[in-house]
Amino acid sequence: MSTATAPRTLFEKIWDSHVVASEPGAPTLLYIDLQLVHEVTSPQAFSGLRRRGLSVRRPDRTVATVDHSIPTLATAVPDALAAAQIATLEKNATDAGIRLFGTKSHDQGVVHVLGPEQGFTRPGMTIVCGDSHTSTHGAFGALAFGIGTSEVEHVLATQCLLQQRPKTAEVRIEGTLQKGVTAKDVILALLAKIGVGGGTGYVFEYTGSTVRNFTMEERMTLCNMSIEGGARAGMVAPDDVTFAYLAERGIDKTELDASVKIWHTLRTDPGARYDHTITLEVSDLAPMVTFGTNPGMGVQVTGRIPDPEHVSEPAGKSTLKNALQYMGLTPGQAVQGQPIQVVFIGSCTNGRISDLRAAASVFKGRSVAKGVRVLVVPGSRAVKRQAEAEGLDRIFLESGAEWREPGCSMCIAMNGDEVAAGDYAVSTSNRNFEGRQGRGSRTFLASPLTAAASAVTGTLTDVRSLA
Amino acid sequence: MSTPAHTVPAGGFRPITSIVASVPAANIDTDQIVPARFLKITDSAGLGEHAFEDFRRNPDGSPRADFALNRPDRTGAAILIAGDNFGCGSSREHAPWALKGAGIRAVVSTSFADIFRGNALKNGIIPVVLGAADCAALHALGNSDTQVTVDLAAETITWPGGSAQFRIDPFARTCLLQGVDELGYILKHEPAITAFEQARAAAGGKA
Ligand code: SF4
Repeated sequence: MSTATAPRTLFEKIWDSHVVASEPGAPTLLYIDLQLVHEVTSPQAFSGLRRRGLSVRRPDRTVATVDHSIPTLATAVPDALAAAQIATLEKNATDAGIRLFGTKSHDQGVVHVLGPEQGFTRPGMTIVCGDSHTSTHGAFGALAFGIGTSEVEHVLATQCLLQQRPKTAEVRIEGTLQKGVTAKDVILALLAKIGVGGGTGYVFEYTGSTVRNFTMEERMTLCNMSIEGGARAGMVAPDDVTFAYLAERGIDKTELDASVKIWHTLRTDPGARYDHTITLEVSDLAPMVTFGTNPGMGVQVTGRIPDPEHVSEPAGKSTLKNALQYMGLTPGQAVQGQPIQVVFIGSCTNGRISDLRAAASVFKGRSVAKGVRVLVVPGSRAVKRQAEAEGLDRIFLESGAEWREPGCSMCIAMNGDEVAAGDYAVSTSNRNFEGRQGRGSRTFLASPLTAAASAVTGTLTDVRSLA
Repeated sequence: MSTPAHTVPAGGFRPITSIVASVPAANIDTDQIVPARFLKITDSAGLGEHAFEDFRRNPDGSPRADFALNRPDRTGAAILIAGDNFGCGSSREHAPWALKGAGIRAVVSTSFADIFRGNALKNGIIPVVLGAADCAALHALGNSDTQVTVDLAAETITWPGGSAQFRIDPFARTCLLQGVDELGYILKHEPAITAFEQARAAAGGKA
């Protein structure tokens, strides 16, 4: 093949090696190595299979977990609708012989926390899930993206997906982060720069010194929110950091060593061309928070709420005006000092052990401010166990925060964990859309450090200002 | 393997002619199209009721009279004129299911989020991308009884005083026009899929 010798991007290498068929006038038929399913976006796909008399082609390439609608209080029972949805997933998975991380599993967790942590996510794979934050798995140098329920059915039936080849963009991030500034702040800064539609039609490959110095968990936070810029997938070429993480996943040593040889080739060749390049310098970056109703509306915590009168373009002006009206914020007001009522620490963006450690480092020896409710929700049961082994749960509880069972919880507010209308929440999740955390809820997206710092002061706070 | 049923009625996709409803806000995400609290279902029935729920109803459940889809003069509107970057956010196919349930069969915008666009087409909702001037002209029809026609076969949208060409992915378009479903098409590639898996196994990988 002549294409094998031409320089290729990481994306192109993975794409090319998964093409099953490519007919003129049709999208490429792409082989999918791993499909993750959860209770909300899969029941209709399984029903569709049954209607057609089809079965799951590769249960061994499918993994199921419950996360979105489960309660996070050990004593709570899900409402009737959620219970039916959970039971449906558990039955569908069991009937099809799909590995299930159900309500009784020792290792259940949020799908994008569980996949990497249990060693399912590997470099070079194609990974899909009926969930837009599937982009998270790209941190391993996999091509991972969210799909709709019809496509979930296609993959269950055939292990393949019809896909138009996306364009590629290099997102080059350079610089050393200041203390108190995290991967979450980097992705929020990128989104503030490119907007929520800036990556539409593209797959991002994150490169540059900042990304190379990130841990796997930081890379996951970064890739997780690619979709918030419109890019269905974000990826980082695998390196020794990746291989070291995988070596701890219980993968057979011989298998791992053989794989690492192949994984070393998963990088963009010198001279390969991206369709687009975005650069971000982060040495001077301060912690970021969003102030509006989409993740692209972010500012440095040291800054001020922007003024719609300074936006010349009419659509942008009215979008900003509406957002500030919904958020109840005044143009020009300082970000710091804005009162808050709720803090949520968790989600597939920031619900991993390093995130909980970061939050705990702030809570240690401090108390949650009066009138503030803090929910700490580990991303999985494995994360919960680890946190408890390290005594983080006690730090949270002693400071006045609630320590919950794993799940999506207040990120999507399907399970009863929600923010009351009009209340302000600092959330380590990924979406600040109107009503995302409960009808009328007002969300400030931020890092675990910023969320914890705001919890102890009761206002939006620069963690670096805490004594 | 059984012959798959067609999800789109045979006989294909005819032009859609109706009045339009205008929802001009930019970046309408899928949480706005159907909030997550309505996703605790195992089918797709009844979602039309909750399309744009938080725009449509006050917290006490009473309808908001000024929202486009609630207005009596918009009854029967099958074409939604939306703001830029429509359908961003989650991958939920519940969004097009809700729109379809609310009678929407085409959405016009200056751009769509990728996952939403694919989900819409799979449910027979046409995502029509037009330039800003054409979109503005169509938004202006949101208070009139002017009929607008979206013709998928010709890839045209026409209204009194204007018309524009749009592009739909040719494969999705053919599927809709001919009533072919995508899964049926993929299933025809069964031998290629098996060959792919065997070649991998032969190369020492997991089949
Ligand atoms: S934590 Fe939030 S974003 Fe992540 S999978 Fe759950 S609901 Fe989706």
